[in-house]
Amino acid sequence: MNARPSSSRVDTAFQASLVLAGLGVATVLAGVAWEVLSLSGEALSKGGIGFLTGTTWDPVAEEFGALPALYGTLVTSAVALLIAVPLGIGSAVFLSEMATSRVATVVGVLVDLLAAIPSVIYGLWGLFVLAPLLREHVQPAVQAAFGSLPIFAGPPLGVGYGTAGLLLAIMVIPVITSVSREVLRAVPDTQREAAYALGATPFEVIKGTVFPFARSGLVGAVVLGLGRALGETMAVTMVIGNRYDISASLFAPGYTLAAVIANEFAEAFSPRYLSALAGLAVVLLGTTLILNAGARLLVRRVKGAA
Amino acid sequence: MSLASILVPLPDRSPPPARRVVTAPPAAQDEPRVAKMVVDSLSAYYGRNAVLRNVSLPFVERTVTAIIGPSGCGKSTLVRCMNRMHEIIPGTSVTGRVLLDGRDVYGGHLDPIELRRRVGMVFQKPNPFPTMTVRDNVLAGWRLTGTKPPDADAVVEDALRRAALWDEVKDRLKAPGASLSGGQAQRLCIARALAVQPDVLLMDEPCSALDPIATARIEELIHELAPSVTIVIVTHNMQQAARVSENTAFLYMGELVEFGATAGLFTRPADPRTEDYITGRFG
Amino acid sequence: MRMDAAEPAVRLPASPRLRWRRFVNRAFRVAVFGAVIVVLAPLVAILGTVISRGAPALDWDFLTSLPKPVGETGGGVGHAILGTLILAFGGLLMAVPLGVPAGVFLASDRMPRLGGVVRMCADVLAGVPSIVVGLFAYTLLVLPFKHFSALAGAFALAVIMLPTIARTTEEVVRLVPSTLTEAALALGAPRWRVMLRVVLPSAGKGVAAGIIAAFSRGAGETAPLMFTAFGSQFLSLSPLQPIAALPLVLFNYAVSPYDDWYAQAWAAALVLAVLVLAGNVVARFAMARRSP
Ligand SMILES: Nc1ncnc2c1ncn2[C@@H]1O[C@H](COP(=O)(O)OP(=O)(O)OP(=O)(O)O)[C@@H](O)[C@H]1O
Ligand SMILES: [Mg+2]
Repeated sequence: MNARPSSSRVDTAFQASLVLAGLGVATVLAGVAWEVLSLSGEALSKGGIGFLTGTTWDPVAEEFGALPALYGTLVTSAVALLIAVPLGIGSAVFLSEMATSRVATVVGVLVDLLAAIPSVIYGLWGLFVLAPLLREHVQPAVQAAFGSLPIFAGPPLGVGYGTAGLLLAIMVIPVITSVSREVLRAVPDTQREAAYALGATPFEVIKGTVFPFARSGLVGAVVLGLGRALGETMAVTMVIGNRYDISASLFAPGYTLAAVIANEFAEAFSPRYLSALAGLAVVLLGTTLILNAGARLLVRRVKGAA
Repeated sequence: MSLASILVPLPDRSPPPARRVVTAPPAAQDEPRVAKMVVDSLSAYYGRNAVLRNVSLPFVERTVTAIIGPSGCGKSTLVRCMNRMHEIIPGTSVTGRVLLDGRDVYGGHLDPIELRRRVGMVFQKPNPFPTMTVRDNVLAGWRLTGTKPPDADAVVEDALRRAALWDEVKDRLKAPGASLSGGQAQRLCIARALAVQPDVLLMDEPCSALDPIATARIEELIHELAPSVTIVIVTHNMQQAARVSENTAFLYMGELVEFGATAGLFTRPADPRTEDYITGRFG
Repeated sequence: MRMDAAEPAVRLPASPRLRWRRFVNRAFRVAVFGAVIVVLAPLVAILGTVISRGAPALDWDFLTSLPKPVGETGGGVGHAILGTLILAFGGLLMAVPLGVPAGVFLASDRMPRLGGVVRMCADVLAGVPSIVVGLFAYTLLVLPFKHFSALAGAFALAVIMLPTIARTTEEVVRLVPSTLTEAALALGAPRWRVMLRVVLPSAGKGVAAGIIAAFSRGAGETAPLMFTAFGSQFLSLSPLQPIAALPLVLFNYAVSPYDDWYAQAWAAALVLAVLVLAGNVVARFAMARRSP
């Protein structure tokens, strides 16, 4: 170690600047939370719990209830997970347990490309390719078969909760796949060998030892996917139909928290209106923050145990 | 006992012998001994790299056979070929035959998943399933394959008793499998292998992660098991081989150098390489 | 480990139970393989459509000229391409000076408790919905000045880039062998000099890869720009004026009522996809070849 005082002073300053940068990152996060909270203060304090449970969104009358948007966010995310979880974890199983390393590399790169496509391009594709396809072919067929079910009621518009959920599924699959793959890779081979040596088939090895070992990490992967689905804005805005309503049908148009903010922010000239939109952001942020923090803890636990 | 007195069933021509009752008394010293398993002209590869070359060896029924040799000589590979665990690693291949009761396990009459139930395995590092309880670990061979033993409690107790673990864990069968000490965990893995009633037990350096006391317990256990199970033990420890085994095979650089009764091999090795190894001149 | 390795070479009559287990195993393999196909299909579909519909409208004029008023044909997105580059580079200008040292701090492990908190914050920040980041930038840089600006847009992108840069920097700095740093420290070099002269250069490619990845992520963002950069019909270079961005143009054209603009939206999508995916691929290569 260099003992020259000037040098050690530089060293201290250097270390201090690193610490400051670290604190800077934390400050940015705190700033986001603080600014959004304080902007929403008026709406949240005036509306109280009614802000969450109200179903009317009337900027002219200054009546703001977030429930339909919250409902839309939750329904589209649920649909997305229902589709994405089996496909994403299935793909991860293929990549970590079955594919040769060359195939796994290629497929892994493709999955990462899928994750890198900007969401507005997903939205464009959803609006001009997916929605017409669903409207003209899929939705009529589903209605012909299960038309009596309320979740498939209403005219086939192409846009709506179901379409948004499907598009979200395509967008979150890469997240679930790549995190699950990491988690499965962290399962030690000794666990697999132990099960093989007892006469288990490959399926039984995966089901009986790999999945239980990786369980909390897989949950974490799913929750990270959920976080992305909840916060996704552009693609959903383009295919959800933008109607401030609550409907049981997946074919009905609706709205999500993020889509309301995106569509209405530029027009929100009264402070009360702006504050209500920030209130939606608080609901969204709160949900995703809790989910994300929890998910990362779960993923880290599996990787740490391995 | 001399090598010539080991009866190797003629493979493939003879009908498969009936499975022997596990509790039958061990054969008397001068009777011909039956080879439970035979490795015949076995070569094993990782990719194109041959790590076993033309190895032939009998494993006498209900005795302990030790496999010794310097690190990397192919001991693990040999035992992994015997229950077809070798082929789990991508890019591996095997030529030659491995006979179980006179029939080639690579011959297609036996699915590897059935073979592995009859030829159990214990690994170098204890690998209990951390997400299962002690009890479920013992039953893992049944549970994983979706089968149920007729009397699970009896199976658990019997396997744990045979693994000399019952007294230590009988009050915490519901504890997680990861909560045991290293030596206990290894005996749990032995119990797990025994619970499916294998004919043969392959042990790949089962004591290398254990302290001397835990090692002594496992050696004792091997003695107790020998009358009922055919045991193959890989070890680096020559005293251990001398203590527990009846026959010993010395492998060197993928080839079988010498095989014979343990006492003879350690006192009057026929091959200079064996002598070098057991006197500690290399490896 | 591969699962097909345990399939037997030859099948002979087996017990029904065994046959059932083999069947389940086979069905599982088929299902998993099917899942991969289904997962990759949208990639092919989306890229295929973007290329087939975007390429016809794409020419030099489209890349360089300004939009024409509704009704006139032609026009391009030159202003938006430039705007996106300005916004993304502006974002980097703000995010790199904070993110890289923060990553070095995380990798140094000299204050593990604080490091854990900062790492958690970076991860959580990465999960903040981008529309919320836009709102943050709005309250900080638009509301007080009472107009939209490129500065606010770049700031929003910087917030989005920050966690990526910090975490990849941490990751690659950790890969620098400690023997290297210890050797330098043993020679009496002060820590800061070791960091700047030894560690960062040998982790340089990896850090660069992280920065490129952050750039391409930022360049594709739309939501945080909607009420910060806002968009513009003109070529603007002033940081205090609204500025156009490719994703914004794409969105506005896509939700417009004009067929002509749809075609332009697809062409813009192609340009954006090339920009973003190219950045991604470059970053991946830099990572794969990362030193040491
Ligand atoms: N997965 C593998 N891929 C490629 N080569 C391998 C692999 N496993 C083992 N080998 C090689 O095969 C040879 C035999 O290995 P094996 O594990 O059978 O040796 P061993 O006798 O058990 O050694 P040790 O006493 O160290 O356990 C060694 O040269 C080793 O390098
Ligand atoms: Mg070995």
